[in-house]
Amino acid sequence: MRGAIVRILTELAASDPRIVLLTGDLGFMVVEEFAERFPERFWNVGVAEQDMIGIATGMAEAGFIPFTYSIATFAALRPYEFVRNGPVHHRLPVRILAVGGGFEYANAGPTHHGLEDLAVMRALPDLTVLAPADHEQAAAALRATWELPGPVYLRLGKDDRSVVPGLGGRFQLGRAQIVRQGDTHVVIVAVGPIARAAVAAAEILSEQGIDATVAVVASVAPAPVQDLLDLFRDAGTVVTVEAHSIVGGLGSLVSEVVAGHGLGCRVTRCGVRSGPDGVGGGEAFLNARHGLSREGIACAVEEAVMAAPAGPALHSTW
Amino acid sequence: MPAPEPVTASAIRRIVLEQSKRANVGHIGSCLSIADIIAALYGGGLDIADPADAERDRFILSKGHAALALYAALHLRGWLSADELNTFCGDGSRLGVHPEHHQPGVDFSTGSLGHGLAMGVGAALAARAQASTRRVVVLLSDAECNEGAVWEAAMFAAQHRLSDLVAIIDLNGQQALGYTRDILDLGRMAERWRAFGWDAQVVDGHDPAALAASLRGAATGQPRVVVAETVFGRGVSFMQGQVRWHYLPMSDAEYAQAMEEVDQPSCVAPSFAS
Repeated sequence: MRGAIVRILTELAASDPRIVLLTGDLGFMVVEEFAERFPERFWNVGVAEQDMIGIATGMAEAGFIPFTYSIATFAALRPYEFVRNGPVHHRLPVRILAVGGGFEYANAGPTHHGLEDLAVMRALPDLTVLAPADHEQAAAALRATWELPGPVYLRLGKDDRSVVPGLGGRFQLGRAQIVRQGDTHVVIVAVGPIARAAVAAAEILSEQGIDATVAVVASVAPAPVQDLLDLFRDAGTVVTVEAHSIVGGLGSLVSEVVAGHGLGCRVTRCGVRSGPDGVGGGEAFLNARHGLSREGIACAVEEAVMAAPAGPALHSTW
Repeated sequence: MPAPEPVTASAIRRIVLEQSKRANVGHIGSCLSIADIIAALYGGGLDIADPADAERDRFILSKGHAALALYAALHLRGWLSADELNTFCGDGSRLGVHPEHHQPGVDFSTGSLGHGLAMGVGAALAARAQASTRRVVVLLSDAECNEGAVWEAAMFAAQHRLSDLVAIIDLNGQQALGYTRDILDLGRMAERWRAFGWDAQVVDGHDPAALAASLRGAATGQPRVVVAETVFGRGVSFMQGQVRWHYLPMSDAEYAQAMEEVDQPSCVAPSFAS
């Protein structure tokens, strides 16, 4: 996604001189295209994420649309207060490009895992928080939001090739996208590239007689509340899937919608529940370890379906 | 809006005392220590004909807890009415202890120390990218330099030779729980900034002429830091150098004495103890 984003950003910058790019000394083989084409609008601020957000704030006040680039955990957590008191508080159009959410920087270790960014960013008022599921959706999300008057946090994956089956690059602010239409009683909602595993889990489940509907939420804030209500109307089982802490991210968002509207469905949150324990590995290994493999998700859905209380509208098809 | 009045340190100090007393709040000592600096800025150091003009010079009060001194200057310039000023710290007011950009004349909201210089660097970088001659001034407290983010911004400004950026350090030697020398010693402040690539000038922070000259910036192409040696609580004898006036509101008797003293030229501070 990051490659797609920088390509589009370079294209947009050609027609809009307000666009500038700042990096916290990251983006090897990613930011060069922009840097070479617009050297006067590109700054490597050094390893200084707080400064980067502060500089972006000062530039945005003067009319620029600054994009900042870093790894998700450094983009979100180190300068969090500068984000809060800067672009958010002043409602300025700073765009925070946060690369590698979840376990994408797997072997780099826990310092590089982006597991809390959506939670903390979602808490900031009027910050647009986006987490596209593949590079096509990321491209659509950037095109839909780059000119918004307020700040944007954009969580990006590293993968520039894979796509989520059924998504077709769709994105709309404040909306969810259904990528697999199944039974309305079992709904899986996923955020980010882990959505591919969620769709694969649905295929496993269909062989077991559970025909789940799968939706992608890339517009974390504004949240697609109405779409979620529509999705959950007949649901007995809702399962959220995120390469993120189960606290504060999509699982919390969905739980808030369900509880806030008094829906009767049960919400199961698939995501990260425990802290680092010294065991490292690749992304697939770490995802599996936290129950985020396709098999793990399928298992969680199956268990949730079995545990869901029987009700008048539940489990009518199996 | 009221007619503009001369922006003098004396007028700022009187407003600081009046409003602090009326609102029954503290941070008086810090406001008094920057009164001459604010007067130098709003009395001519900053080129601001209209606070809504995009080409105005930018000012960032990074030591946001002294916002009352800034409000006083905005009032004297005619951009903040007496009625509005009298809402300071009241319910529904735009004027809190720390400045909010919703108030015309306040370019950036501040209050969390260590944030202002980075925004100022961005503002100066933007001015350069827009080929504008507008300047950016950031006023920091000395203890604020405890914050690592100050030095991140300092490095960038020097690297990119942001010569239209001026940082002023209100070197009053005090911080919330004591003297800076006893907490994180900030001695040789100018040398620290020079080591980071800035043009540093040390001035008497209560000398209007010296302040005005220092604000013109460096001719070296470097960003300029003005290390302004000031006295916490300057102008009120019982507040000078006394940490408790970071916090306390004034009693009626203290207020009466402060208002009597504040205009007296004899109330000269002890020389800065470095």
